[in-house]
Amino acid sequence: MSYYQGQRSEVVPFHGHNGDTGEAYYARPTRAGKFSGIVVIHHIPGWCEWTTEVVRKLAHHGYAAISPHLYFREGGPDESPDDLGARIRAAGGVADAQIMGDVAGAIAYLRAQPNATGKIGVIGFCSGGRHCYLAACTLSGIDAAVDCWGGNVIVDDPKLLNDKRPVAPIDQTVKLGRPLLGIFGNDDANPTADQVNRTEAVLKKLGKNYEFHRYDGAGHAFFNTQRDAYRPEQAQDGWRKVFAFFTRYLAASAASSIAAE
Amino acid sequence: MCSYIVEKAALVGSAKGRKGWMRIDTANVYFDHPYHSTLDHVLAIDFTNEGEGGRDRVAVELSAGSARALVERIVAALASGEAAHGAPIPALPVAAE
Repeated sequence: MSYYQGQRSEVVPFHGHNGDTGEAYYARPTRAGKFSGIVVIHHIPGWCEWTTEVVRKLAHHGYAAISPHLYFREGGPDESPDDLGARIRAAGGVADAQIMGDVAGAIAYLRAQPNATGKIGVIGFCSGGRHCYLAACTLSGIDAAVDCWGGNVIVDDPKLLNDKRPVAPIDQTVKLGRPLLGIFGNDDANPTADQVNRTEAVLKKLGKNYEFHRYDGAGHAFFNTQRDAYRPEQAQDGWRKVFAFFTRYLAASAASSIAAE
Repeated sequence: MCSYIVEKAALVGSAKGRKGWMRIDTANVYFDHPYHSTLDHVLAIDFTNEGEGGRDRVAVELSAGSARALVERIVAALASGEAAHGAPIPALPVAAE
């Protein structure tokens, strides 16, 4: 057997919120065996190339990974995701309820695969980190969640709450029912180090299963190799933390949150 | 910022996009994470025609410093241009097409 394993990546249809059919980027190992699934939630700018790289990285590490295009309703499949993201931004963003429906649809897609272990992780970046926090608190069928620098988990300005984002994610923490990993840069402006500390305080007070890792010399999006914000040393350690976390909670022998619910 | 904060400016003008020239009526302006630039944050402007659905856009992503410098150059160009050419002729109402 080769040291490296092959993988297959493709764009697949999935059924999201309200049963709407959209596109998702899906990658999984080609070797025989069963694989746990991971949903990748993209950031506000859209379903970008780096997001597809993350999906393939997860497949490289032995997971079936899927990233639903959260803006697919805004245009056709031949339109650039960045143009769809611009329209979504001009319209004030996507409702949290719709995002949760699409993440639930992506989870269902992974569970339906014949080689699925039944274990599901979710990871999100930037606004996707916030969505990941919400998903970990409000959706069933998730065994482990990774919030990478999700901003606005704590909402200090009530004016930021509206019909699309009616509740601050931190106020859903009481419902968190699976392990949560948080990765943050101490130079980030959203979330700030203080907001990360306050989020941790709530998790601790409620007795939740979580681990937070904070990195000096790093700000927002420091995993992103296409940004000046990329910090290779911190990102390498962060990815090690992510994979250790998923190995612990998504192994086929790990207790399933489905069974516990 | 990771936010949906957008400043909207009504415009009268044209822009050239992937389908050629188009009339524009709106600039959506925001300072947030980019799609293409390597910068952490950019001043982004999407020029669109919302009156025609806003589906096409001409987009720029600028560093904060260069965006501020651009604002100064726009004001300077208007001042010197209007001094040289006189006050602009008011635009005619846009006829329905």
